[in-house]
Amino acid sequence: MLVTGVARQLGGRFVRRIQRDPDVDRVIAVDAVPPEHHLGGADFVQADIRHPAIARVLAEHNVDTVVHLDVTGTPLGSGGRTTLKETNVIGTMQLLGACQKSPLIKRLVVKSSTNVYGSAPRDPAVFTETMPPKSLPSGGFAKDTVEVEGYVRGFARRRPDVAVCVLRFANILGPSADSPLASYFSLPVLPTVLGYDPRLQFVHEDDVIEVLRIASHEPARGTLNSGTFNIAGDGVLLLSQCARRLGRPTVPLLMPAVAWVGSMVRTLGVTDFSPEQLRLLTHGRVVSTNQMRETLGYRARCTTAETFADFARGRGPGLLPPEAVAGAVDRLAALAVPAPGGGRTPTQSAN
Amino acid sequence: MADAKVIPFDDDRTRGGAAQRPSRRRNAGSRRTGENAVVRDARESGEVQALPGLAGSTEDVPVTREKPEPSQEAAGALDGAVDGGALERRIASGLAFLRKRLTGDYEVDDFGYDAELTDQVLMSLLRPLYEKYFRVEVKGIGNIPAEGGALIVANHSGTLPMDGLMMQVAVHDNHPAGRHLRLLAADLVFMLPVVNELARKLGHTLACAEDASRLLQQGELVGVMPEGFKGLGKPFGERYKLQRFGRGGFVSTALRAGTPIIPCSIVGAEEIYPMIGNSRTIARLLGFPYFPITPTFPWLGPLGAIPLPTKWTIQFGEPIPTDGYPPEAAEDPMLMFNLTDQVREQIQHTLYKLLVQRRSVFF
Repeated sequence: MLVTGVARQLGGRFVRRIQRDPDVDRVIAVDAVPPEHHLGGADFVQADIRHPAIARVLAEHNVDTVVHLDVTGTPLGSGGRTTLKETNVIGTMQLLGACQKSPLIKRLVVKSSTNVYGSAPRDPAVFTETMPPKSLPSGGFAKDTVEVEGYVRGFARRRPDVAVCVLRFANILGPSADSPLASYFSLPVLPTVLGYDPRLQFVHEDDVIEVLRIASHEPARGTLNSGTFNIAGDGVLLLSQCARRLGRPTVPLLMPAVAWVGSMVRTLGVTDFSPEQLRLLTHGRVVSTNQMRETLGYRARCTTAETFADFARGRGPGLLPPEAVAGAVDRLAALAVPAPGGGRTPTQSAN
Repeated sequence: MADAKVIPFDDDRTRGGAAQRPSRRRNAGSRRTGENAVVRDARESGEVQALPGLAGSTEDVPVTREKPEPSQEAAGALDGAVDGGALERRIASGLAFLRKRLTGDYEVDDFGYDAELTDQVLMSLLRPLYEKYFRVEVKGIGNIPAEGGALIVANHSGTLPMDGLMMQVAVHDNHPAGRHLRLLAADLVFMLPVVNELARKLGHTLACAEDASRLLQQGELVGVMPEGFKGLGKPFGERYKLQRFGRGGFVSTALRAGTPIIPCSIVGAEEIYPMIGNSRTIARLLGFPYFPITPTFPWLGPLGAIPLPTKWTIQFGEPIPTDGYPPEAAEDPMLMFNLTDQVREQIQHTLYKLLVQRRSVFF
């Protein structure tokens, strides 16, 4: 088995986890830079997937399963958006080219994102896998994923003998996630778009690892693990809800102002506040996970709300912790409900 | 004001509708039809003169409705608490509600429908408008099933989609099971700031086949107004004339889900903003499908945006079952057109009947 993009937290975790599975003989971990975390007993090969050398790695190690995780929205260390786009798109092309030449390949798993649906006011409320986006993403990571998926579809057509699984993950959150949305939620004050309250969906890191594991093995009885699947936790959170649960105040700004703040933040290098992300934070996006449950046979362990709670625990309290707000309301209740309600007041503040 | 419409439907009444509904009001209405036009004109001019006073006395209603839109629900909850005054329990529950809201401890569904906020704040803001201002009378609420999916198809009018909101309150407040209506709204609603947020929280979603069938399959009560902007922005002279019903997409959606179609006729919404003109230039400039010009708007500024206090009637008709058709029926265009026409006719006939029964536009 060959895994790309292992220098990232997610890739590292997946490599460590997959080696414990009995039917996995060897794991070849590939990335352009050596990872800072350990990779269990996996063989690390330093190779840039943007170069044809990756074909030699595939041939040398008799790889039969490729898990392509190097499709990401945040640059690792230095390197700007151009490098990232090259790794995402050119890297995928090279990797698929190498896979096409290798006769041993049986299975290909590609990490994609629900970004491919874009986000627009004319979109249906809930996306299923078969829905084409009304407006294609104009740039950034979302456009990369659309292109990557296009190449993967082409590969699947040319090599019908290979089981291809495209996993469209919702926003990945968790204690160690390094997605753009995670860095947005770590801002002390959250800029939002005035008059919009987007619906967001999250998926927990643990669920991501589990789904990748299911997709990279033979399918269990009665399930099928080739095709395209949306992966997300059940339920939906509004951005306003997220901010309150996280205890971070929001600053609603007019659309042009948000774009300006976004570009300023991007210039400072704090977080990637791309136009695509801005669109997500304006119109939101929800996907249907019926296929994941019925065809892939996986039930997400964490709902969207649980995922977010876990993430919030890892981030520590914000400026307005929910407990403090609740306490303030309780004190107000104690003031507002005088003597006759004496019996009720203590129970309220006890909450 | 409805007199121009009333006269041709005397023959409709004799066709047998009278035998079905022998109501006292109908007789009164028809007797008035026979009255000479001079009396009516006098009465109407009297009403028009009485209007500014009426509008002044009820002015606070739209104001309270608009106030919470920019601010958060917290203001609404506090308002509720202040109004409650001595009712200490109400304060406590209001504060408990406030606490939940401020800590984000509430649930929304996949469509962004916030049941708690809708029930406790948004509905109670619409209710004064529903009960006191438009004095909505609801008929045939028993035609809405107590459970399971159903598609309510209604006429659309009134320049602003007030009728949808009133229908939502009507279903929730009058139905014995207190069902929530999930409305399908135009894409313009989801492009406008603030409006889109409120619409999602009220349980509305985009009028597209995907969302509609998803809601129907969940067993929700879905409301749709197939006339769309054609009905909403039609000139005052064409009031109560149903426009084209789109391409009949709502019928195929209902057929696929096997849910009944309930025709619904709304009388009264046509007259809230009598649209005597349409400024296409301003509409194009703002990106709206039309820009209404009424006797008061935009001449009186925001004051002109106060709707006329008409008396409304919402009648839910007999459900049209769709479960008897084979699965491929949803692809049959002929059947689609027939069913669409059937629904349309039924709504139009009920509209005419209600208009005949109506004593006046405002009472």
